[in-house]
Amino acid sequence: MSARLLRVTEVAPLTPLVTRFRFEDPDGAPLPLFSGGAHVVVEMPDEGVLRRNAYSLISAPDDGSGYEIAVRREDTGRGGSRYMHSQVTPGTLMTVTSPVNLFSLDLRARKHVLIAGGIGITPFLSQLRQLARMQAPFELHYAARSRAEAAGLAFLPSAPNIHLHISDEGNRMDLGAILTGQPLGTHVYTCGPEGLITSVEQAAARLNWPKAALHSEAFLSPPPGKPFDVTLARSGRTLTVGPNQSLLEALEAAEIDIPWSCRGGACGQCETAVTACHGRIDHNDHWLSDDDRAAQQKIMPCVSRFQGQHLAIDR
Amino acid sequence: MTIRFNDETFRDDYTFFNSPEAIARFPFPFDRDDYMYSVNMEPHKTGPEGTPFNVRFDVDEHYVSEMRDREITLTEDPLRCQSLPHMELAGWDLLELIMRSKAEDYPELFELHCDGDRWHWINRPLGIDQRFTFGDATTLPYGPMEYITRQAQGDFAVLDQREDNLWMDAGMVTSQADWSLDFDIGMNFFEWHAPVPKAHEMGIFQRALKFLMQINQDNPARRLNWTMTVNPRLDTSPENYHKWGPEKRTITSENVGQKQYLRVELQTFWRLPRSNALAFPIRCYLINLEDLVSVPKWGRRLHRVLRDLPDELADYKGFAVNRPVIVDYLSQHDDGAATSAGIYPTADDAPRTPA
Repeated sequence: MSARLLRVTEVAPLTPLVTRFRFEDPDGAPLPLFSGGAHVVVEMPDEGVLRRNAYSLISAPDDGSGYEIAVRREDTGRGGSRYMHSQVTPGTLMTVTSPVNLFSLDLRARKHVLIAGGIGITPFLSQLRQLARMQAPFELHYAARSRAEAAGLAFLPSAPNIHLHISDEGNRMDLGAILTGQPLGTHVYTCGPEGLITSVEQAAARLNWPKAALHSEAFLSPPPGKPFDVTLARSGRTLTVGPNQSLLEALEAAEIDIPWSCRGGACGQCETAVTACHGRIDHNDHWLSDDDRAAQQKIMPCVSRFQGQHLAIDR
Repeated sequence: MTIRFNDETFRDDYTFFNSPEAIARFPFPFDRDDYMYSVNMEPHKTGPEGTPFNVRFDVDEHYVSEMRDREITLTEDPLRCQSLPHMELAGWDLLELIMRSKAEDYPELFELHCDGDRWHWINRPLGIDQRFTFGDATTLPYGPMEYITRQAQGDFAVLDQREDNLWMDAGMVTSQADWSLDFDIGMNFFEWHAPVPKAHEMGIFQRALKFLMQINQDNPARRLNWTMTVNPRLDTSPENYHKWGPEKRTITSENVGQKQYLRVELQTFWRLPRSNALAFPIRCYLINLEDLVSVPKWGRRLHRVLRDLPDELADYKGFAVNRPVIVDYLSQHDDGAATSAGIYPTADDAPRTPA
């Protein structure tokens, strides 16, 4: 992945848990433009561990003057978001990759229906700007627990096609109602917790939506877990993956060359063959097929973990 | 760098020619003495100075005449250029990529001035001076993709990326090795490659698709492809097969050196920023055998490659009928000497043994 060193120019809280960060080129050079739904990967040198977390861009896709992201502090996470919240201030220089989009709009759609849950609003913030620029019909449904926690509110205009569903106010999202009566050629995009994505898929299936009209991006970061050992078949070395470290990060710390892109189990770049597995792989990715998972012959090191006697991989 | 543009034709009287400089920089497609399909991708960043590998969009001595030939083809058959409605944004992406690249790589030939969305484009070789509003197709004489690809050598396919696949949803195709945009428009990666023999079984397309979908903005990639064409004809399309197909039967051992061309495609792959589409320029280079064997390494190597090529590849590439004459001609230029690795000759390549 190619990356550039950018300067943090703004750090602004959006809610008690979510903070917006703005990055600009230190020399003011324009940054590459992107498409709505794209993300960047930010490197964090966190006490000897080099973390790389993917964040959706929330700024306008056709504005190369800077990149903005919104980071939710996950106190039970592995530490990346805590690092952003506690260590990063205006002036900090950070390595940021070029934008990559695994959640792009289907530009053939007659209409776009965007469904966000919680921090899952972030990829839609850039998509909204692209849709506005293209003058494409859309509606957005944004579910949050309370107004105070709804980090996206600051960016959303008050408009008849922007719907807030605040559960504290008793205004829960009714997926059946949203998906009923949409015009032919509508595409639906969901971003948020797994449960929301599954609910949209089920509601859409009941209403006979074509699968190709459904798009989703789970907000997946590598889950922490129990430490485990992994043997590298090519060198015979054995590494220990720490509780707050992903297998991919452990490989990188050991200077094993491995390709990666999304670091969230979606893109398939880091797919690795398993040469021995006595135990169970916790497949946390969205990339491998059910058959692949059951066979335990492949693993996605960015998000998946292992429990058992012995794991060896082809690295 | 000054380029003298040839005044030449790619049809009828076929006055196309390569200058000595064009021969020396020709993108010979074989880096070894045999050939089989592979996912032969590499970064499209740099290459030897002065060669087509060292610029983003190569402009050479054939530029002006190639653009004239494209105009003739489009006038006869407007369906050579198509863009499905959802591909307009990708068209603007492509326009920006080509304009910025050309203005930076050839500042004496092209200029681009941008003031917000108000752009001013100057193309000196073609005598174009155009002011327009970026993003507003009504301010250009054609749609953005057609506008810029009427000013850029080579064919262009613009691929939409969705459903874990790539889709041939726009293109400008007038210098193709026997494929039709009008037939392929709207097809996905596996559908438009369906006619290629052997490669499916080898898993080539699965791997190639995975690679292409991962290309990001900073890392354009490239590969070379090749075939053989009789006469220096750019438009070897299925639509016009009746015009060029019979010419295959005009090859004799006397004229093969002049009339038989090696046709090389420099294919590059670019992630487009605003649309997330993939641009796939296919730039065609032609060289006849007589000029090709003036580089001893290439004469030796092309002989060995064509002599040993599996029959189905010669069939697919459409030159099986002339293969014996071609191989016979080339054998006279292969003295059996070893060839150096890589495309271009090095000090290790022996001069040709005098006959």
